[in-house]
Amino acid sequence: MSVLVFLETDKGIIKKTSQEAIAYGAAVASATGGTVTALALGEGDASELAKAGRFGAAKVLHAADPRLNQENSLAYASALVQAVGATGSTVVILAKSGIGDAVAARAAARLKAAIVSGATELPDTAGGFSVKRSIYTGKAFATVEMKAPVKIIAIRKNAVDVQAEEGSAAVEVFNPVFGDNDFKATVTGSEKAGTQLSLTDADIIVSGGRGMKGPENWQPLIDLAQALGAATGCSKPVSDLDWRPHHEHIGQTGIKVAPNLYIACGISGAIQHLAGVNGSKCIVVINKDPEAPFFKAADYGIVGDVFDVLPRLTKAIKEG
Amino acid sequence: MKILVCITNVPDTTARISFTDGDTKLNKAGVQYIIGPYDDYALARGVELKEQSGGMLTVLNVGPADSEPQIRKALAIGADDAIRVDAEPVDSFFVAEQIAHVARQNGYDLILMGRESIDFNSGIVHGLVGELLGIPSFSPVMKLDIEGGKARFAREIDGGKEYLEADLPLILGCQEPIAEWKIPNMRGIMTARTKPLQVVEPVPTEELTVLQKYELPPAKGACRMIPAEEAETLIRLLKTEAKVL
Ligand SMILES: Cc1cc2nc3c(=O)[nH]c(=O)nc-3n(C[C@H](O)[C@H](O)[C@H](O)COP(=O)(O)OP(=O)(O)OC[C@H]3O[C@@H](n4cnc5c(N)ncnc54)[C@H](O)[C@@H]3O)c2cc1C
Ligand SMILES: Nc1ncnc2c1ncn2[C@@H]1O[C@H](COP(=O)(O)O)[C@@H](O)[C@H]1O
Repeated sequence: MSVLVFLETDKGIIKKTSQEAIAYGAAVASATGGTVTALALGEGDASELAKAGRFGAAKVLHAADPRLNQENSLAYASALVQAVGATGSTVVILAKSGIGDAVAARAAARLKAAIVSGATELPDTAGGFSVKRSIYTGKAFATVEMKAPVKIIAIRKNAVDVQAEEGSAAVEVFNPVFGDNDFKATVTGSEKAGTQLSLTDADIIVSGGRGMKGPENWQPLIDLAQALGAATGCSKPVSDLDWRPHHEHIGQTGIKVAPNLYIACGISGAIQHLAGVNGSKCIVVINKDPEAPFFKAADYGIVGDVFDVLPRLTKAIKEG
Repeated sequence: MKILVCITNVPDTTARISFTDGDTKLNKAGVQYIIGPYDDYALARGVELKEQSGGMLTVLNVGPADSEPQIRKALAIGADDAIRVDAEPVDSFFVAEQIAHVARQNGYDLILMGRESIDFNSGIVHGLVGELLGIPSFSPVMKLDIEGGKARFAREIDGGKEYLEADLPLILGCQEPIAEWKIPNMRGIMTARTKPLQVVEPVPTEELTVLQKYELPPAKGACRMIPAEEAETLIRLLKTEAKVL
């Protein structure tokens, strides 16, 4: 099956979650016989986009229309549908995110495609085409058969292991045709946390709860995050109290993350918080209360004071 | 202004999930149901907008009769009337076709949904309905004002937010802090009993996906405790044992 992968880029560089989407697409293509084409929209440097080849893409279609520099699910879905046509793809892979889901949905409705969002494993293509996905906010899984001729899958982080190899994809200019309908909203402004590593892209997250006691105490947590190359997150009360920005709030009503390593500092582990982190590969909990429910969901635990433990961990990392 | 709010009837966030019928059905025994938390935000903002500008707010659920307590709750919170499409949802496409069908018949200016349901967590029904109706959809939206047929709203993007402006009709998937959840008051509960709740038959759709089975995640192994005095050991274990550093 020929596979098309929708790329998300950040200043022209392929996001980690999209690298996984390419690797996932490559695994589907190799199991079913086919090639992988990636679709990049908006600004992008050809030499950066060619790196899609390292994860298994043979070709990148690049539509550099400047109107695509802003996230726009309508125009992106139009471009995706046209790229599906141009490449004869029957499988489309995207990384699960706000924009990924929106593009997947709009394209699926147009193509009458079978759509699954939140896939956690490669599909089973022996006989039919079925895929496992996360449901009930991480509390269960469903295996779903995808029956329509075109299949669209939005994958969760860590659905596949990425092994970068030597390789370079051929980057081709792609000129999708847009209508007025594709540009129906005007962006009037934006606020973005400068160079911060994004939570959904991060391999490691250090997250703080009410046990951090106040915004002025965040430095030890930030130091640890920096030493680890990690992103920072928080519990809901912390963002409700404005100790940390809203986009750092993790859980049922916030962002759902699935990093390789999640370090929870002074977070009790309420079920609504766990709902956002239960896809993590390894969970470390630091809490002064040995009865904190988070320890039940953890792989490693330290019963202790965050203000004592965090600096020691940072020091241990720096000393290698 | 005519507003439609689409709500799900879902197990409470703290509910223990298990399955029956050879792992093909949710075991509903003992499960407490709620309005989806994101749908609750959509409803709260919808009610505020309706109260500001006048107009009508309809709530819609695609689901069996089990959903009615949640639909009544939405009426008690401030919806004017309700529609229930009488069907067990089979997949997102099925749900979207039902919502689109109702919307085509009634013509809404604004359709509010949750950013995602907490049973299927897909975050796709708004996009599907948007495309079926040929109108824009945006999600997740955390601030919304309507003025003179125009919506001004803020959407969460990776690491921040973006402010947008668009003409109605629109579909928005909502999340906090778009509004505070509303709790029904006594008067609301009384009037909800007599507000119209229309039950309609589903329209047939093509079957694009089929559920094969549900399963629970494997049980988590025991947590390895490290004494606080030896916190440094953690770093070594993360490197050599867990292999995540
Ligand atoms: C519908 C709904 C949705 C929700 N959604 C979310 C969500 O998305 N995300 C979310 O996080 N929450 C959510 N919540 C809230 C959730 O139920 C909890 O209230 C919240 O997660 C608790 O945050 P916390 O762990 O930071 O604070 P607390 O529960 O107050 O816990 C603080 C912890 O810090 C520990 N501590 C204190 N001092 C120290 C110290 N010096 N060193 C080490 N440890 C210390 C304490 O032992 C305690 O365990 C939701 C709730 C509802 C009802
Ligand atoms: N069965 C349903 N009935 C009414 N609205 C629904 C239903 N399923 C999903 N929705 C709406 O679509 C949103 C996104 O759902 P989902 O795509 O399943 O994550 C929900 O928050 C609801 O507003």
